[in-house]
Amino acid sequence: MNKLHIYGDHIDTDIIIPAQYLNVHDPAELKIHCMEAVDESFSDRVAVGDIMIAGENFGCGSSREHAPVVIKESGISCVIAKSFARIFFRNAFNIGLPVIESTEIVEDISLEDKLFIDFNSGEVFNETKNKTYEIPRFPDFMMALIQAGGVISYIKENDDV
Amino acid sequence: MTQKIMAAHTNETVKVGEYIYCDLDMVLGNDITAPVAIEGFNELNRPVFHKSKVALVPDHFTPNKDIKSAEQCKIVRDFALKHEIEHYFEIGEMGIEHALLPEKGLVKAGDMIIGADSHTCTFGALGAFSTGVGSTDLGCAMATGKCWFRVPDAIKIIIKGEKQGHVSGKDIILCLIGKIGVDGARYKSLEFTGEGISSLTMDDRFTISNMVIEAGAKNGIFPVDEKTKAYMDEKGLDYTIYEADTDAEYIEEIVIDLNTLEPQVAKPHLPSNTVSIFDIEKIYVDQVVIGSCTNGRISDIKAAADVLRGNRVKKGMRLIVFPATQKIYLEAMEMGYLKDIIEAGGIVSTPTCGPCLGGHMGILAAGEKCLATTNRNFIGRMGHKTSEVYLASPAIAAATSIEGFITLPGGYDE
Repeated sequence: MNKLHIYGDHIDTDIIIPAQYLNVHDPAELKIHCMEAVDESFSDRVAVGDIMIAGENFGCGSSREHAPVVIKESGISCVIAKSFARIFFRNAFNIGLPVIESTEIVEDISLEDKLFIDFNSGEVFNETKNKTYEIPRFPDFMMALIQAGGVISYIKENDDV
Repeated sequence: MTQKIMAAHTNETVKVGEYIYCDLDMVLGNDITAPVAIEGFNELNRPVFHKSKVALVPDHFTPNKDIKSAEQCKIVRDFALKHEIEHYFEIGEMGIEHALLPEKGLVKAGDMIIGADSHTCTFGALGAFSTGVGSTDLGCAMATGKCWFRVPDAIKIIIKGEKQGHVSGKDIILCLIGKIGVDGARYKSLEFTGEGISSLTMDDRFTISNMVIEAGAKNGIFPVDEKTKAYMDEKGLDYTIYEADTDAEYIEEIVIDLNTLEPQVAKPHLPSNTVSIFDIEKIYVDQVVIGSCTNGRISDIKAAADVLRGNRVKKGMRLIVFPATQKIYLEAMEMGYLKDIIEAGGIVSTPTCGPCLGGHMGILAAGEKCLATTNRNFIGRMGHKTSEVYLASPAIAAATSIEGFITLPGGYDE
């Protein structure tokens, strides 16, 4: 049963993964510190398939790719936020962490809601509230990155880059 | 300006909202981001696109703070040797990357630059397009010499008047972030203009461009004027000047009037949480840090030394000053600034990003407060999650170290 982890606005990269731990880059070693400054028990509670929910400007601050990497490594299947900070957003695409930018979903859901995300149909189903939300479509270029499985595979497939 | 530089580096159509690939003039990484980038680079199985267009600067946890950091730095060093990276800087030559690259003449007006460090936006001060990206982007760029971008909308920042009293670049950018918020320029380009720019030193401009990321901006770019030209000419650089069209489109215009701007302080835990120094309550701090990619240049060290000279740091206060590069360190020594700092009771550190990001060389304990000239005051940024960071200029920082509470210079007997 996937759970939701709900946070507020401006969750910065020092909250997601404090710089003091970045003397290593092994995701498995780093993930125990994910979100610890605002949610000490996150790494104990989180399970594979859980969904992270946040407000505006999620991932602001540093360019550290370790931030989306540890979220993904923690088992989070998707981050839904009202908006994302620029570098976090491109890092998430580049490493293949699914993200959804939707104020509607964030404002509507509650902690106990059960969500089903279907990127193929472009919909999120809220079983608890029996409601369906549309996932805003990403631009074609971003979709091509997703379909390729990240920017490295995209470059391998496109000789002109 | 941003769109013109992009257009000069691509064959694709440059239109706001379009996704394009651009050729790069310089790509930058450090000891935290490069090890991850190298893994991505190796996956692509290509050679480095240009040995002199990659800069690797191990500056974050150096001098190696522990065994794990030493291993990270070794990955970068081995890679640089194997691929004959021309601009790899070992300790002795190393400085904080965003101060070091302009100083060495490795970035210039008209360039297209990315770095796997969010403060790569610093080089916009020279009239370059420069932005922070992640490690995978860096790894790909080292192999291809290219990076993808969404062409951003631009916000025009009009700087009027002339700086008064202790106002510096730091106060201008803190004021701007306070006005528009930490996401006020998200995905957008900030283009600085106005007659007030002529009174800003290059160091002021580097500080301003450095912190545009704290408003969420993609880049922050200055026009090239006589000061910029003199800075680059002295290094013998061959650069290209781009100017904004008079009818260029901006989605927003913001005016900052230097005639009325007061020195600023950003309170915890966001850089946008700014107040005038005249409106802040009496806040005692345990530590003062002067330095970083934001404010570790020679004029910053001078501003601090001018305030500290002949004074004593308050008993129990920890004052840590870290010049951003070896050249700045040496000049500060020759000018006697380091003597002023040491005689006042402060310490001087080798160049490192250490204290700014809670890495090493000045970590805060639970509940401690610090006033820093750095760029972020997020929760736990410089140490324990209950510690607090206030951001301000070097002049305020130095005065605060003497008085013990956050204040402007002049609040004590000289």
